[in-house]
Amino acid sequence: MSFLKFDMEKCTLCGVCVRQCPFQGLTIESDGIQVNDKCRLCKLCIKNCPQDAIILEQKSDAFDKSEWRDFLIYAEQVQGEVHPVVSELIGEARKMAAKAGFKVHAVLAGGPGTRENADRLLRWGVDTVYVYEHEELAAFRSDVYTDVLADLISEIRPCSVLIGGTALGRSLAPRLSTRFHTGLTADCTTLDILENTDMVQIRPAFGGNIMAQIAISHSRPQFATVRYRVLDRAKPVEQITGKVVIRPIPERMMDSRIRVIKAEPIKRVRTIEEEDILVVAGRGVKNENGVELCRKLAEALGGQLAFTRPMVENGFGDQPHQIGLSGRTVRPKLIITCGVSGAIQFTTCMTGSECIVAINNDPEAQIFKVAHYCIRGDLFDVVPALTRLVENRKED
Amino acid sequence: MKIIVCMKQVPAGTTAEIDPETGAMKRSSAATRTNPYDLFALETAIRIREQVGGTVTALTMGPAQAEEMMKDAYAMGADDAVILSDRKFAGSDVLATAFTLSQGIALLGGCDLILCGRQTTDGDTAQVGPALAEYLGIPHAAWVAEITGVSETSISVRQDLVSVSQESELLLPCLITVDKDINVPRLPSYRLKKATEARPVKIFSYKDMPEQDMSKFGLLGSPTNVVEMFTPKPAEKQVEIPGSNGSEQAQALFDILTAKKII
Repeated sequence: MSFLKFDMEKCTLCGVCVRQCPFQGLTIESDGIQVNDKCRLCKLCIKNCPQDAIILEQKSDAFDKSEWRDFLIYAEQVQGEVHPVVSELIGEARKMAAKAGFKVHAVLAGGPGTRENADRLLRWGVDTVYVYEHEELAAFRSDVYTDVLADLISEIRPCSVLIGGTALGRSLAPRLSTRFHTGLTADCTTLDILENTDMVQIRPAFGGNIMAQIAISHSRPQFATVRYRVLDRAKPVEQITGKVVIRPIPERMMDSRIRVIKAEPIKRVRTIEEEDILVVAGRGVKNENGVELCRKLAEALGGQLAFTRPMVENGFGDQPHQIGLSGRTVRPKLIITCGVSGAIQFTTCMTGSECIVAINNDPEAQIFKVAHYCIRGDLFDVVPALTRLVENRKED
Repeated sequence: MKIIVCMKQVPAGTTAEIDPETGAMKRSSAATRTNPYDLFALETAIRIREQVGGTVTALTMGPAQAEEMMKDAYAMGADDAVILSDRKFAGSDVLATAFTLSQGIALLGGCDLILCGRQTTDGDTAQVGPALAEYLGIPHAAWVAEITGVSETSISVRQDLVSVSQESELLLPCLITVDKDINVPRLPSYRLKKATEARPVKIFSYKDMPEQDMSKFGLLGSPTNVVEMFTPKPAEKQVEIPGSNGSEQAQALFDILTAKKII
């Protein structure tokens, strides 16, 4: 690890370094120049210092893990409502916190009305809810939100930060982990904590039917994202013991290079994540005809048709109906996969389903390893036959 | 406008060999292709250049074989292509990858706009773009569905963030990750392919990097490490649906699902 050191014998507090820093990483304080967490070690200040008063010190990796305590949950809001993934993250964090003797904190950042959501988080057993409320935070801007979260992380020094694997969370988490020069594990499916406060993070690995256990052993905080509907929701506590802390927002924190022109709600349609029954068309359905057979089954069952990545790439379906790491994660009551081979990128995002049926004519297909009911047969026979049975039942 | 497009060569299939020691992916043997999402980024870059002028440079970190992908980028219309390739870069996680790319961009003298695909099909994390923006200290917008305007000092974009459609203006320099379906990437042109046959692809290694601190690259510079790899347990109770033909199997499944009140 390396960091900046100021030779106060030489420094005249001329402020050149503060003005030159492209990241606003330096400030003049009463006790000299201070480096904050925005410093990227770009060394521009060293080059430009007229007094040669700035030195880069290399230091061995000797940080104290015990200085980083507790869990911090990013409580994302969607149009003023707390995203349901937040409750899942809190639930998981509370389990780990109990083991480690940690607390669970949450942070809300948003426009007017944000404070009102804090009480909801307290009911899920959060110890402290930190609130940043400002008109300028009403819409998500990557730079401002990073500054806000970094402000709190620098202040409370959490051991781990958990963020929902949503569009917004996946935009925010990598900026934060990079700012703190630490690790981020994306799309964890299982989390646990060891005695030394390292998290055990399980996530699918690239290719093959393999899972990987990832550790962030030499830096803090540990960042992890988890998709919606992967973990169990937090149970409400009987007695609320947590408190709400309103955080001050200095004007410079709202400085941004992004201007929101307009933000409009998109008309809500029932997403595949919210569906109780899903039929999935994989590469084995081959063509438009096969897709139609699957669609009819989905309609007969009152559910929706979803797709694997190759099917979406080939234009049979769209992104909002894609299951997998590059699409959505689902946990329906029933999922019927038709001609799906079962690559790990797919299965990871649907193994939480209550009942999994696999139809595939390849008896060795990977999908059968995760299925509860296996039909090793031709989907072009099974699917229409099943559709007829379901349709006839409705007529009874 | 000086535009850099970050690209990656990914395994063509869904299986890849994993090095059991490091947990990193072995890339040498498997067939590869250009990460499909990056083609949307390259197409976006070329269209912006066609509109306002400038240059498009394709940038990747990876083995020297990535030259093949870069030749395709030339045939689509890229002006320049750079590969950051060194054994010291192997095993990079998000932080080390973003750092190495930021070094490559510094080496190229910076730029006005960086374009990335929404994610790769191998890592699937969608993290490198935002992490790179943070390293460069510039704003970013992820999952961009439409470029609504470009000027000399800014770019306007529309993002569909699940329940909100947001239009924003970002001051340059900035980074944008584009969603699939933002456009239809053009096919490599035969004419450009012929015309660019002799155009070299630049390869830079660790010794070219402005930052000569090995602990920031590759496995050493990666705060996440793989503890172990394992095969997930199969589903607890598995039932084979009997039947000698599709109708019998459908009937057997229907009976079970009905009896269990699943349907």
